[in-house]
Amino acid sequence: MLDNLSNRLSGVVKSLRGQARLSETNITDALREVRMALLEADVALPVVKTFIAEVKQRALGQEVIGSLTPGQALIGVVNEELTRLMGEHNDALNLAAVPPAIILMAGLQGAGKTTTVGKLAKLLKETQKKKVLVVSADVYRPAAIEQLKMLAEQVGVEWFPSDASQQPDAIARAAVDYAKRHYFDVLMVDTAGRLAIDEAMMQEIKTLHATLNPIETLFVVDAMQGQDAVHTAQAFNEALPLTGVILTKMDGDARGGAALSVRHITGKPIKFIGVGEKTTGIEPFHPERMASRILGMGDVLSLIEDVQKGIDQEEAARVAKKLKSGKGFDLEDFKAQMQQMKKMGGMSNLMEKMPGQIGQMAKGIQGAEAEKSMARIEAIINSMTPLERRKPEVIKASRKRRIAAGSGTSVQEVNRLLNQFEQTQKLMKQFSKGGLMKMMRGMKGMMPGM
Amino acid sequence: MFSFFKKKSENQIDQPTNPTPELVQDAVESPRSWTERLKSGLAKTRNKLGKNLASLFGGGQIDEDLYEELETVLLTADMGVDATEHLLREVRERVTLRGLKDSAELKETLKSVLFELISPLEVPLEPRAATPFVIMMAGVNGAGKTTSIGKLAKYFQSQGLSVLLAAGDTFRAAAREQLIEWGERNNVTVIAQQGGDAAAVCFDAINSAKARGIDIVLADTAGRLPTQLHLMEEIRKVKRVIQKAIPDAPHEVVLVLDANIGQNALNQVKVFDEALGLTGLILTKLDGTAKGGIIAAIAKQHPVPLRFIGVGEGLDDLRPFSAREYIDALFD
Ligand SMILES: Nc1nc2c(ncn2[C@@H]2O[C@H](COP(=O)(O)OP(=O)(O)OP(=O)(O)O)[C@@H](O)[C@H]2O)c(=O)[nH]1
Ligand SMILES: Nc1nc2c(ncn2[C@@H]2O[C@H](COP(=O)(O)OP(=O)(O)OP(=O)(O)O)[C@@H](O)[C@H]2O)c(=O)[nH]1
Ligand SMILES: [Mg+2]
Ligand SMILES: [Mg+2]
Repeated sequence: MLDNLSNRLSGVVKSLRGQARLSETNITDALREVRMALLEADVALPVVKTFIAEVKQRALGQEVIGSLTPGQALIGVVNEELTRLMGEHNDALNLAAVPPAIILMAGLQGAGKTTTVGKLAKLLKETQKKKVLVVSADVYRPAAIEQLKMLAEQVGVEWFPSDASQQPDAIARAAVDYAKRHYFDVLMVDTAGRLAIDEAMMQEIKTLHATLNPIETLFVVDAMQGQDAVHTAQAFNEALPLTGVILTKMDGDARGGAALSVRHITGKPIKFIGVGEKTTGIEPFHPERMASRILGMGDVLSLIEDVQKGIDQEEAARVAKKLKSGKGFDLEDFKAQMQQMKKMGGMSNLMEKMPGQIGQMAKGIQGAEAEKSMARIEAIINSMTPLERRKPEVIKASRKRRIAAGSGTSVQEVNRLLNQFEQTQKLMKQFSKGGLMKMMRGMKGMMPGM
Repeated sequence: MFSFFKKKSENQIDQPTNPTPELVQDAVESPRSWTERLKSGLAKTRNKLGKNLASLFGGGQIDEDLYEELETVLLTADMGVDATEHLLREVRERVTLRGLKDSAELKETLKSVLFELISPLEVPLEPRAATPFVIMMAGVNGAGKTTSIGKLAKYFQSQGLSVLLAAGDTFRAAAREQLIEWGERNNVTVIAQQGGDAAAVCFDAINSAKARGIDIVLADTAGRLPTQLHLMEEIRKVKRVIQKAIPDAPHEVVLVLDANIGQNALNQVKVFDEALGLTGLILTKLDGTAKGGIIAAIAKQHPVPLRFIGVGEGLDDLRPFSAREYIDALFD
């Protein structure tokens, strides 16, 4: 699925490559692909439609500047727009209330409310030294109260007893009273899962809200949720003055398009994501990461955008496959990789964009020099016969002289290339997967001056 | 979308002791009124959608706008791009082939194309094939596994079969207590251990069922996401250990799917099938506004029999899957 989406979007880029401007016609095809990608990511259709309309408007009005291809400009707009919609920054919990600051949880059945109460209680206790009380107003689900009790024990916060025979509202009143008398900083109220169309249950939580007057009313959403996210979000948003959203089960491989749907409908910030069943499995929300997850491009979207200007993904995949099948990496492949690098705007440009570890390696590289030697390497390979490119071991002294003369280089340079190539070939064999990054590292090893 | 049942189940929760078998029979065996109720449930959904399918199909010409509306209906039901395109292509072909002109005919065409796609999933479970008949439940977190076990226990008992539950979720807080409560509601034995591992609990439960001559063993497992490789390995082990107790068990490996989940559900079917060899599905939470259209994608790409649907949180909120009723509820 992940590959699928990346392919779709790289397909978009490709189909637009070489066109000077985004026109009404070429953008329509490309936007249809983006539309499909968003639908596959479970962004709700009405939201997709609005989104596409906005992107289209912005893309058409936008000039394609500098070295950007029209495809990049489009993907850029898509990504920007997505990030913008996800919220500019991540919002912390608001606890600025006369204690106790009350947090009310709401959401569909099985979304992760109770587990999230445990996680947040732990977080507030440990990172903000808050005195936290938790209580369950779920009198329906078997053992729901017991579940919260056990979680409270696990994270070491106090649990306020409740019982399935009580009314949720009465439970809430008693808990608030207790929290006040015992000077708790925070009171977290868990509730039963409910369907948005269940009027009695929606009324129940409205009443709870009125009783509690919580400073935070958190809507808990399963990251795997599909198209119905819009209806659910709308109904909960209308019933309750939500203050934030928590997206659970983000440790799965769902693209999480529901995040966009819910944001779009409620306009409320996504405050945290759940990334595991354990009580430590919670993280702040990062809008730009979510945007690229929905697009299926990981954190290196900006790099990929640049790379896709020139790289031929299929070619890279072909080479990777070849390596994997044990057939070996020949000089022909080497040259193809080199040409792709050139299209990407050269090594120096590319290295700057590499994240973390690779960026480190890029330090101290003399970009211009590396590019010059790339040109010479290419000239050498160009002077070889197809057989020589496939089987470099046939290149003996006389062939070396011919190649050097043909490429305007020296026999030493030819030797050096062959040596470096051999090293790289060994390196390449170690890669189980021929990802782009790995390829790049392989290339780096053989560039003089790198 | 089957929201009517919510009310019904609430009534019955009020009197959970002594569930009367007649009531169950009634709910299961009056398909016509059931379909009617389905429709009334869907009417609410329609209003929420702001879309009236009846008017969409209410006579008039077949044109591109109509196809686009159709596409909207299928996509917003979570059928996914691939299944939606497939269905629309088939419909277009038949419309051309048969020279259909009227939008009402288009609706019937779509219904029959969809029926052809999903009716192969309608394969009822045959729990009398072995004794004890071991059913192992699997699925992502919060899908409805434990609740479905509670409902299945009642369903099988109403068919005169004896049931035993195995509390194989030894991980989640109070998972065991939750299953024990379902056991009490059904008045059936629950085999559970303090701590311990899932495989051991299931092994014990099966041996206990053999000793007592129990007909059905329902084994609960902890929720897990397909990305949690160690947990996927753990559930493989549960299955292997079950096989040690009875070589041809588990006789049914059920993946429980939440109708609210979007395209990832298809992936869940693929990954759990690869790990366990699925023999059946249960689609839960159809009493909400989610349509569970992903079953169309499952039928097309990775078919596994859909045994039951869940239509509420009560003991009786389980129905054998009927493709016809599902489609009627979706379109009429
Ligand atoms: N992998 C993963 N599992 C989660 C996460 N959050 C919750 N879960 C699991 O999801 C399941 C449901 O979580 P609960 O906390 O019981 O959900 P709930 O919303 O309280 O459910 P109801 O009270 O029945 O409506 C449990 O198995 C949790 O362990 C998460 O971020 N990642
Ligand atoms: N409305 C509705 N709710 C359901 C249905 N099936 C289950 N639920 C609810 O969904 C929530 C989760 O159900 P569980 O049975 O605990 O799910 P599970 O798969 O066992 O969850 P874990 O063991 O935590 O992975 C509970 O609140 C159930 O009451 C259904 O058909 N309709
Ligand atoms: Mg809960
Ligand atoms: Mg469970």
